[in-house]
Amino acid sequence: MRVLLVDDEEELVSALAERLSIRGIEADWVTSGEDALKRIQSKTYDLALLDVKLPRMSGLKLKKLLQEKNAEMKFIFFTGHGSENNFKIGSAEAGAQYYLAKPVNIDLLVHKMNEIFNK
Amino acid sequence: MSIQGKLKPKFWDYQDVAAGPFKRLFNFRRIWMLAVLLTTVVTLVPLISIILIDYKVTQNSIESEILLRTARLVSNTRRTISFFLTERRSALNFMIQDYTLEEFKNPDRLALTLENLKKAFGGYIDIGLINPLGIQEAYIGPYQLEGQDYSNEWWFKEILYRDVYISDVFMGFRQVPHLIIAVRHTQPDKSFYVLRATVDTNKFDQLLSHLEVDGEGDAFIINHQGKLQTPSRYHGKVFETLSLPVPSYSPRTQVLEGKNAKGKTILIGYAYISETPFILMIVKQKDILMKPWYRTRLQLIGFLAASVIIILIVIVGVSTYLVSKIQEADYKRIISLHEVEYSNKLASIGRLAAGVAHEINNPLAIINEKTGLMKDRLIIKKDQIESSTLIDFADSILASVERCAAITNRLLGFARHIDVSIRPINLKEVIHETIDFQGKEAEYRSIEVSVDVPDDIPQFESDRGKLQQIFLNLLNNAFAALSDGGHLNITVRKEKMDLVSITFADDGCGIPAEDLARVFEPFFSTRTMKGGTGLGLSITYGLVQEIGGNITVQSELGKGTSFNITLPLKPPKS
Repeated sequence: MRVLLVDDEEELVSALAERLSIRGIEADWVTSGEDALKRIQSKTYDLALLDVKLPRMSGLKLKKLLQEKNAEMKFIFFTGHGSENNFKIGSAEAGAQYYLAKPVNIDLLVHKMNEIFNK
Repeated sequence: MSIQGKLKPKFWDYQDVAAGPFKRLFNFRRIWMLAVLLTTVVTLVPLISIILIDYKVTQNSIESEILLRTARLVSNTRRTISFFLTERRSALNFMIQDYTLEEFKNPDRLALTLENLKKAFGGYIDIGLINPLGIQEAYIGPYQLEGQDYSNEWWFKEILYRDVYISDVFMGFRQVPHLIIAVRHTQPDKSFYVLRATVDTNKFDQLLSHLEVDGEGDAFIINHQGKLQTPSRYHGKVFETLSLPVPSYSPRTQVLEGKNAKGKTILIGYAYISETPFILMIVKQKDILMKPWYRTRLQLIGFLAASVIIILIVIVGVSTYLVSKIQEADYKRIISLHEVEYSNKLASIGRLAAGVAHEINNPLAIINEKTGLMKDRLIIKKDQIESSTLIDFADSILASVERCAAITNRLLGFARHIDVSIRPINLKEVIHETIDFQGKEAEYRSIEVSVDVPDDIPQFESDRGKLQQIFLNLLNNAFAALSDGGHLNITVRKEKMDLVSITFADDGCGIPAEDLARVFEPFFSTRTMKGGTGLGLSITYGLVQEIGGNITVQSELGKGTSFNITLPLKPPKS
């Protein structure tokens, strides 16, 4: 399972990527939507973990663009913003498989990832 | 509570303390006074004018009526007296023309004539014939006057020059008031004789004393020297000199106003009786004649006073009622404004909380991942972590904690000012403080916010909490109008007259011209479907007014909107 993490907080995504790697999940990270689009040109990912709020290009928009390139790709959103309820509805509408609130519980994240791919 | 306190309406001393110095729309006391004054003027001025005019008209008509009545009485009485004298004179004239000298000299004939005169006309006492030498040649009467020499009598001297002579009333030999009527007859040979008759003035006296004169009036006759010729009721006995001046000659009946000895106003009607030395006078007391008018006048004044009192009571009552109602409505308006403001404040706080949560969650997430990673390395990978790596982790965690602390401190600093009133304000600081809350949002949406505050903007006294709310509202408004990548320019300029202007200019969607006039109206929103309450700008408008400022808006559809606030650099005198 290859995962791409996108969040504008570098310290956050780098640490999260390393933690996933420790758990045996191959995870790369970038800090913007533009970088993410560049990255998928050279590498294929099964899942993208996207922050909803990204500078210049929102997570929702990025998800659309990524999906255009790779229809098989799965998505999980995470955000530190807004009520959970709004976020749940928003991400479901956007076609995401799951949503998470920051700070992320790593075990829950890994569990969900496995769940998505074991289906 | 004193009576004054009970009567005083509530609005009299009403001050809306909570509303602040600029929110008072109405000066109720002034409205009340203006209403009372205006309605009083427009109601009382016509009323009083009409009554004054009526007063004058009625007074004049009553006065002229009195004058007319007096004049008519004088005129009629003069005619009567004149007729009385003319009648007697004509009888003598007839006789002197008709009779021969011999007939006059015949005592029986003369006695018969006197008898006939008495029967036919009355008033004759005696009759005598006087020759040119003034000797009475023939006489019939109650006295022995035959041969009497009248040549030195004043009346005889008078008759030498005239055909007819009527004397003043005098006592003469007889010691009773009488007058003489003498007629002269000139014969063809130029010799003449005089027929003289004495006429009793009782007839006059009766005539005048039976005259019905209103107003405690008096009718009498005087001669040209002012001597009473008949007795009067109030102005002296016969032959006494009248206390009033002799009225000047007029061929017509005259009525004058004058004062009597007691200083009371009297009406003097008089007429000169032609070919006699007599002046007929009728004197009336004006006060008594005017009595009916005084009664009418009293009624008129009473009516006026009652009307004025009733009108004033109604005006004061109605004005007080209406102004009280306006005050009540205004009070309710202020209450609901407070409620709306409060809910706007709550909404701002909600928005703030959401923004703050987002910002705090990011450093929290970093802390979470860093500590998680440390644990992972130690537990899962069983690594030996070098102290330099640990220090890196710790620094990263501390930096995130600091970020959280900065955010919470900012929030606290912001919240602390929300209910604080007038304080010295550094405008730049307040603007930046407010923008910081939207900083992340601006970053995500690539909105460029530029703030231009020149250094010559002095600190000034204002309400910091209200300013923050105003800026937050305008900022939210601009962000809603801007699309991603838009611009918001906040410019502060010092204006003349101790004013400072703050402009929020965005290049967002703009406001249609037809909506522009209504943007400050409560519940007017073009974003109702997108979560707008329609209250933000109306509250902003109210807040700006409360701190003594003014807000205007300019907008062009598709090009952007600019809100301009001007604030006084000096606090209002309240």
